[in-house]
Amino acid sequence: MMSRPKDNTITMDTFTEGLWKDNPVFVMLLGMCPVLAVTNSAINALAMGLATLFVLLASSIMVSLLSKHIPKQVRIATYIVIIATFVTIVDYVIQAISLDLYNALGAFIQLIVANCMILGRAEAYASKHRPLKSIVNGLGMGIGFTLALLSLGVVREILGAGSLFGIQLFSDNFQPWVVMVLPAGGFLVLGAWLLLFDWIKERQALIEANGGQTHAG
Amino acid sequence: MQADTLSFIFLNTVLANNFVLAMFLGLCPFLGISGKLNTAIPMGIASAFVMLVSSVSAYAINLALVALDLEFLRLIAYITIIASAVQLVEMTMKKYSPSLFRSLGIFLPLITTNCAILGLALFQTFKEYNFSQSVTYAIGAGVGFTLALALMAGLREKLALSKLPSVSQGAALSLMLGGMLSLAFMGFAGLGSN
Repeated sequence: MMSRPKDNTITMDTFTEGLWKDNPVFVMLLGMCPVLAVTNSAINALAMGLATLFVLLASSIMVSLLSKHIPKQVRIATYIVIIATFVTIVDYVIQAISLDLYNALGAFIQLIVANCMILGRAEAYASKHRPLKSIVNGLGMGIGFTLALLSLGVVREILGAGSLFGIQLFSDNFQPWVVMVLPAGGFLVLGAWLLLFDWIKERQALIEANGGQTHAG
Repeated sequence: MQADTLSFIFLNTVLANNFVLAMFLGLCPFLGISGKLNTAIPMGIASAFVMLVSSVSAYAINLALVALDLEFLRLIAYITIIASAVQLVEMTMKKYSPSLFRSLGIFLPLITTNCAILGLALFQTFKEYNFSQSVTYAIGAGVGFTLALALMAGLREKLALSKLPSVSQGAALSLMLGGMLSLAFMGFAGLGSN
C-alpha cells in the first residue's frame, strides 16, 4: 500500500481500489445511466450489478489475453465488439432465468455495452496488465459497482415503496415517497450519497491536518 | 405496431420522455460537458447528428438482420454502426472546426459509449417504428438531448458565480440540479405519454 507495487504483482490494493478509493460510481462517475435508471428497487439493482460484473470480468480476461494481437488503431472497436458479445450472452441468460426480471430491466441490459466503465477498464487496465491481475482488479471494480447500485436501490425502494427486496417493511400507515422511485429521485439520492462522501472526505482531511488525531469528535 | 402520429412522437421524446431527464440516457456527457454553454450546444448537435445517422442505418440493418434471421447479432451490428458514425463526425469536425474539436476533447470519441444513441436504436426496434417514425424519433431525441444539455449548462454557468459551501461543489451539486430539472420535466408527463 505504501510503496508502488511492481507491475503484475497482485496486492490487496489491486482488489480494493475498485471498492472505495476509485469506486466507479461514487468517485469516477462512470456508468451513470444504469446507476440511475434501474435502481428503483433493490432486486433490480442487484441483478444489474451482477450482470455488469460478469461482462466486466469476461471482457477483461479476453482483452487482456488478446491485447498483444490487437492493432492499436482499431483497438476501441475491437473492445466494443468483445463487450457486445458478452452482453448478448447475459441478455439471453437473464431472459432464460427470469422473464419478470428481464422485463423490469428492459433495454438496460443491452445498454451495458455502452457502459463507459467497462470500456474504460478495458482500455486503461486490462490491455496493459496480465489476465490474473485484470481479473482481480475487474472483480474489485465490479463489486464496487454492484455495491453502489445496491446502496441506491435500497434507499430508493425503502423511501419510495416502503419495502426492501419486495418485503413490506412498514405498516399500512406508511405513506410512500413516490418521487424517490421516479427518475428525479435517482438524481437526488445519488447526489445525497455524493454529498455525504464528500463531507466524510473533507472531515478526514481536516482531522489529518490537525495532527493525525483519528478519533471521532 | 403503434398508430402514433409523427408530431406526437416528436413532442413526446423532446419533453415528456426526454432521453436525459426521464429515461436516464446519455448521462456521461450530461454531467461531463455541461459546464459551459458554448461547448454544451455543439456537443448536443454533434450527438443529435450521430443519432440521426445511426437511427437510419440501424433501421436498414434491422431489416437485413430480420430477413436473414440473424437477430442475435443486432447489438453487435448496432454498436459497430454507431462507432463508424462517430468516426465520421470526428473527421468532419477536425477538418472544418479544429478549435471546436479540441474543446470537446475526449468527449467526442466517447459519443460511441453514449447510451442515448444505442438506446435510441434499440427503442426504435422494440417499438417497431416504421422509417418516418424512426427518423422523427431520432430528431426528437437529438433535440431533447441538446435542450437538456443547454439547460444544465446555463444553470451551471450561473452557479459558478454564486457562493456555495465547499462540500457541495462538484458532481453532487450537478446531480441535485439534474434532479430538479427532472422534477420540472415531470410536469410535461400530462402531454400524453402512454
